[in-house]
Amino acid sequence: MRWKRKDLLDLESLSPEEIEYILTTAASFKEVTTRQIKKVPALRGKTVVNLFYEPSTRTRISFEVAAKRLSADVINISTEGSSVKKGETLIDTGKNIEALKADIIVVRHSASGAAAMLAQHLKANVINAGDGWHEHPTQALLDIFTLKEKRGKIQGLKVSIIGDIAHSRVARSNIWGMIKLGAKVTLCAPPMLIPPAIEQTGAKVTSDLDEALKDADAINVLRMQFERDGVEAFPKSSEYFKTYGITEERLQKAKKDIIVMHPGPINRGIEMSSEVADGANSAILEQVTNGIAVRMAVLFLVTQAKNEKKHNSH
Amino acid sequence: MQAKIILSSEEIRKAIQRLAHQILEREPNLKDLALIGIQTRGVCLAKRIQAVIKEVKNEDLPLGVLDITFYRDDLTAIGLSPVVKETHIDFDLNDKRVVLIDDVLFTGRTIRAALDEIMDFGRPKSIELLVLIDRGHRQLPIRPDFVGKNIPTSLEELVEVKFEETDGVDEVAIIPKGEKTD
Repeated sequence: MRWKRKDLLDLESLSPEEIEYILTTAASFKEVTTRQIKKVPALRGKTVVNLFYEPSTRTRISFEVAAKRLSADVINISTEGSSVKKGETLIDTGKNIEALKADIIVVRHSASGAAAMLAQHLKANVINAGDGWHEHPTQALLDIFTLKEKRGKIQGLKVSIIGDIAHSRVARSNIWGMIKLGAKVTLCAPPMLIPPAIEQTGAKVTSDLDEALKDADAINVLRMQFERDGVEAFPKSSEYFKTYGITEERLQKAKKDIIVMHPGPINRGIEMSSEVADGANSAILEQVTNGIAVRMAVLFLVTQAKNEKKHNSH
Repeated sequence: MQAKIILSSEEIRKAIQRLAHQILEREPNLKDLALIGIQTRGVCLAKRIQAVIKEVKNEDLPLGVLDITFYRDDLTAIGLSPVVKETHIDFDLNDKRVVLIDDVLFTGRTIRAALDEIMDFGRPKSIELLVLIDRGHRQLPIRPDFVGKNIPTSLEELVEVKFEETDGVDEVAIIPKGEKTD
């Protein structure tokens, strides 16, 4: 197949083939990252702008490393603490960045749909690095990549996503991506952290952690997002750990080779114990490594789509 | 315009035999010699040459596989979204004498990309170029050291190399542009 999308905004609208195509491309880039010279000239002369309206270390650095390994130039813009607001101003900022001849804009924003709005108004390629509670497609892609690398396929795997589903864009992207590739997804959280009508995605819902762990091939444990609005209606952290925290003791009831993933940063002692985070089942640091390969693939593919359009027009 | 077969299966076999023996004539003791094939059909060709050398010398030359997609200079121009295949070089390239192998030599841009990629893996002592078909129309100062067959072509034609491993048949044909089957 050929990649046709100028932007990567979500996984909901991607076909299973498109997701597989990103994963295959990412596998090639992973090989590049094992070389002595971890850099290829695929995006030489292109400029990538990381436009982050929310704090982020891991995702921004991951995109920055990915872009640099493709030989692109990278500019980081952090608007945290500035008076930049949503709406027109976001588009204005985007247009200004485009006027500086940026080729790719990687955007993180607290408003759902922010990346899509930018993409509509700009010719530059837009990659969503997280928009509100909507989606965080590259995180889910790297979760899926990690799982696929360890198990060979996604089809038929039982994956439980545990934690604050309601406020998690990582959960939403994971649900779409995993289900499209044929995984059986179970969501597990206290009832008030399960968003309404989420079963319509095809995921199973439970409030019983033991049920979510039983038979699961992998769990993706979400971070408790204390810094976000609207997270008050929610048990205390110690109470949460007691009921939903992943401990070695609880994992003893699960499959021996269960894969434990977490998008980071971990709240140790809240979502999971340190023993689990650093234990033999943990794939957490592999996820970080794989994130670079996946983001290299996405950066590379979106620029190819633009080229194709240009090519067809003459 | 019809596809014109320019090399049959038997002719390909003979050409590969001859190419392998030319390498052996120049490098009789095989010391530090390594083969690198460019994906996809350069790899098939490299494996066959490796097999012929093994038959004669009973020695397996190290064989690397190169995908040059990320090193191309024409991604913007041709707007391809190519399927990227693996690059796999599991031996130390430093001080090796490399024979770089591809099926068809045309503009020379693939070879330029391959040379750049090889240099990122190490510093070989030398690199020589082996191709099954040289069809002319070079855009860069690159020339092959070993050639299976020189075929004068027009820019309106395509040279299609098929190998049993990838296409089910051994055959080289000239076909009019726009009718390429893959």
